[in-house]
Amino acid sequence: MRHIISILLENEPGALARVVGLFAQRSYNIETLTVAPTEDPTLSRMTITTVGSERVIEQITKQLNKLIEVVKLVDLSEGAHVERELMLIKVKATGAQRAEIKRTADIFRGQIVDVTATVYTIQLTGESSKLDAFIQAIGPNCVLETVRTGVSGIARGEKTLTL
Amino acid sequence: MELLSGGEMLIRSLHEEGVEYVYGYPGGSLLHVYDALYRQDSVKHVLVRHEQAAAHMADGYARATGKAGVVMVTSGPGATNTITGIATAFTDSIPMVVISGQVMSYLVGDDAFQETDMMGISRPVVKHSFSVKNPQDIPEIVRKAFYIAQSGRPGPVVIDIPKDMTIPSERFEYSYPKKVKIRSYNPPQKGHSGQIRKAVELLLAAKRPIIYAGGGVILGKASEQLRQLARLLNYPVTNTLMGLGSYPATDRQHLGMLGMHGTYEANMVMHHSDLVLCVGARFDDRVTNNTSKFCPDAKIVHIDIDPSSIAKTVSVDVPIVGPVDSVLDEMLEMIAEIGDKPDQQALESWWSQIEEWRKRHGMRYEKRDDGLLKPQEAIEGLYEATKGDAFITSDVGQHQMFAAQYYKFDKPNRWINSGGLGTMGFGLPAAMGIKMNFPDDMVVCVTGEGSIQMNIQELSTCLQYGIAVKIFCLNNGYLGMVRQWQDMNYEGRHSSSYMDSLPDWIKLVEAYGHVGINVKDKSELKGALDDCFGKYKDRLVFVNVAVDPEEHVYPMQVPTGSMRDMWLSKTERT
Ligand SMILES: Cc1ncc(C[n+]2csc(CCOP(=O)(O)OP(=O)(O)O)c2C)c(N)n1
Ligand SMILES: [Mg+2]
Repeated sequence: MRHIISILLENEPGALARVVGLFAQRSYNIETLTVAPTEDPTLSRMTITTVGSERVIEQITKQLNKLIEVVKLVDLSEGAHVERELMLIKVKATGAQRAEIKRTADIFRGQIVDVTATVYTIQLTGESSKLDAFIQAIGPNCVLETVRTGVSGIARGEKTLTL
Repeated sequence: MELLSGGEMLIRSLHEEGVEYVYGYPGGSLLHVYDALYRQDSVKHVLVRHEQAAAHMADGYARATGKAGVVMVTSGPGATNTITGIATAFTDSIPMVVISGQVMSYLVGDDAFQETDMMGISRPVVKHSFSVKNPQDIPEIVRKAFYIAQSGRPGPVVIDIPKDMTIPSERFEYSYPKKVKIRSYNPPQKGHSGQIRKAVELLLAAKRPIIYAGGGVILGKASEQLRQLARLLNYPVTNTLMGLGSYPATDRQHLGMLGMHGTYEANMVMHHSDLVLCVGARFDDRVTNNTSKFCPDAKIVHIDIDPSSIAKTVSVDVPIVGPVDSVLDEMLEMIAEIGDKPDQQALESWWSQIEEWRKRHGMRYEKRDDGLLKPQEAIEGLYEATKGDAFITSDVGQHQMFAAQYYKFDKPNRWINSGGLGTMGFGLPAAMGIKMNFPDDMVVCVTGEGSIQMNIQELSTCLQYGIAVKIFCLNNGYLGMVRQWQDMNYEGRHSSSYMDSLPDWIKLVEAYGHVGINVKDKSELKGALDDCFGKYKDRLVFVNVAVDPEEHVYPMQVPTGSMRDMWLSKTERT
């Protein structure tokens, strides 16, 4: 099953390498990874999506917790949560397709952020599955380039992952 | 406040940690530090002949004392030479602090002379590592390194120090932190009482119990509690390779080692048990055999300080995360408080079953009548000569298993071997590290003619520092353990497991300034050992013992089988 693991990490050189190294070393899989400093500059917030059996996910969280720089960690998929990914996608937009792509982007609440005579660059946010669906909807053939940030997630309600 | 250079701060900090010996090898990036070492006399440096040995020496010291051993090496090849030693310590959770020099910080990344990314190379085999960015940080980093290495589940910590952090003319205010706090590192202090209660209830209700105790009992200094618990309940105890000595081997309740080369009775008891109490062990593949067939009727209670060891390979009914000593203490209190006793009738019939298994096999082997020693016999001879009271280190191979099976360890911290990584070349330097710190004790390295050559250069270090370890080499003329597998699985095709052109051992050790004794015949063993610990008490003695080249280690679990599926000899299977 797919899990979203959210981590508060010391914002120190080498900390990211330890997390990534752990996944490689123990042959766990990383689907997406995002990381950036938080409002407290000594901490980074990292979100990792991974797939594995319950036993593997349990090991992943335990092994991550063992890393000295990992301050706190939560498996967001265990409770209600919001997840978002941002995609910038460059598509061929000529002739009749131009209007069609614009319409589809609107339906998916995408924004066209750059335009040329033949190309649209569209920005889209949502769950990863929505971004996949958008690519399907406009037809993969007209896609020139995509760039996705990977998933960021946060728990719903009062729960927070803070110090 | 005192002003010190980075190099001086480093040495002073080691002194504050109570470090007496540092094992190492100098080189360019550490010259400032070595100069600081020279100008004081509280921390002594032991100059090895290869950096791998420095790590194993520190490791041997750590295993015998529970305190972190300290290694100091230069950048580049000095650092990379320690990797096997660091990995050996990591796999067995041994506290160690490794100080590696690094090129000037402004050269890092330029492929400078003797630059390697030590932080990167060592990352998978350390508990943690630090790279020094400011000389003023050195005391705090050293304090944290020792704290991390020695607390929780212990392990090696690397401190990488660029040369410009130690410049003699750059001095800073020095004070050593009294306390450390690392907000993201809080090893458990105590087990969960609710879980402990559940465990106690299962324990008291068991009809066919077994206590399976590992190296965590030794690391966690809980041998006394383990003994009390086992005695109180009258439950049988088996040890992992790493746990030997945590429970007295000569005690009636002890079943010996379990697992791949465990005793028949230990493996039978495990398989048929209805309750396994695992204390400080990790259900390693050399113990469980096929996990899907592991202990089919047993409920499992697992005590470990590292949650990631729990439910990693085998599902557990009652997990308890905490230091083994305090958890066992709490169990003992709870049992006293509840006031119940286990079902005596069930226990009696369990013990009579166990005694039957004991009778069936024991540790029988056939002696030869042509004078050639069996390796088992040689270990029994060593046991008698040392009255079971020596520190025994070992290398890796058949000799290691024979030592584990036939030397009866009654005390913890006396059996010193690379159980997890299986590092040939570990035995001699580990013995040296122990002997330097326990000069009045007998310290014996049980080795094979293959393994000993992996760090034979340390004979020179031994002469320089007067380290009178004994080397007990079970010379079978083969990489015996490899040969055994080839006999069993490759129809006896001995691919590269025979070493031709072995040295004349006596001449070799004499060239290094030590004493060598050949034992070619059974009749010579006792005399050789008497000389070893008598006449040559204060010398390093290499006893070259000719043993049967064809012998195999038994019992041996059958691959992919359950605990009870074993070969008991070349022809006999359960
Ligand atoms: C550094 C290293 N290389 C290879 C091995 C694989 N290995 C395990 S046991 C063994 C044979 C050891 O031979 P020897 O030291 O003569 O011991 P014996 O088994 O003959 O008692 C080998 C090669 C190892 N454990 N460590
Ligand atoms: Mg051999």
